[in-house]
Amino acid sequence: MSGSGAGFTNGALRPYVITKGRSRPSRNTIGVETLLVAADPPRALPLSATREEIALVRMCSQLLSLVEAAAHLQLPVSLVKVLASDLVDSGHLTARSGVPRAAQPDKQLLQEVLDGLRRLR
Amino acid sequence: MVSVGSADRYLPDTVQQAVKILVVGAFGVGKTTLVGSVSEIEPLRTEEVMTEASVGVDELAGLEGKTTTTVAMDFGRVTLSSRLVMYLFGTPGQRRFWDLWEGLAEGALGVLVLIDTRRLEDSFDVLEQLEIRGLPFAVAINQFPDSELYSEEELRGALDLLPETPIVTCDARQRTSSVDALITLVQHVSGMGAARAAGAAS
Repeated sequence: MSGSGAGFTNGALRPYVITKGRSRPSRNTIGVETLLVAADPPRALPLSATREEIALVRMCSQLLSLVEAAAHLQLPVSLVKVLASDLVDSGHLTARSGVPRAAQPDKQLLQEVLDGLRRLR
Repeated sequence: MVSVGSADRYLPDTVQQAVKILVVGAFGVGKTTLVGSVSEIEPLRTEEVMTEASVGVDELAGLEGKTTTTVAMDFGRVTLSSRLVMYLFGTPGQRRFWDLWEGLAEGALGVLVLIDTRRLEDSFDVLEQLEIRGLPFAVAINQFPDSELYSEEELRGALDLLPETPIVTCDARQRTSSVDALITLVQHVSGMGAARAAGAAS
């Protein structure tokens, strides 16, 4: 929130105004690494949409993680989690989740990670 | 809007899954360097507003009424296959940032603890906290040019590591070396899963 590039204002209060006072997302499957993409075909946002919601949907015109979207928009991650969760609920964004919560990563996934890392060497 | 590198900002649409690893360590230990040497994108920075947790810890003199603080977090990205992408988060290790870990560590494959042997004591709290929270981790010694060389034995003793905790030396500026440290961590996590499965089967 330090930059002025995105035109968002500083301050601790404003995030809570944007999220209508909420600090937690509506769904608990949204994480920093959740992959987001705008619904295809795109759905028009309601007139009441905030500029942050509009900016987030626009940012996710192609596949991007939540944390990258937050960084590019210069918005706090916790705020983008709340917005993204709402937008997934309303069908404006589609989420592809990371490692399922509570479950340990399976052997196959870990092998895939290892293979990928070895290719980088 | 930020427009730098927007052409290659996005992931291929074939990517279905994302995994993450935390790189934890004290300020100046090389977290951002390691993230940067592995990342395929210029590392990005987010700022998170923290409340409450920092109260009473931060120096509040002259800032009466300030009950929030912002924490910068650098992260990078590596595409591991056409369907899998990995994110690396550089996270400050100080006690007052532990609440930040909660959300970040959830669903993470594991944690790489980056350590500077010239300031071993900076990492004691972090290691203890990881053990308490049961997060799988490996220790990577970032070898600075002027740091003394210690044997693995000595470091294990000084850091009071469990025998099964992997410890590697790396040069965070070098991609191969940093990737090797990550491989060590993932192999460790993989081995833990196998051990658990064997335990459950017997």
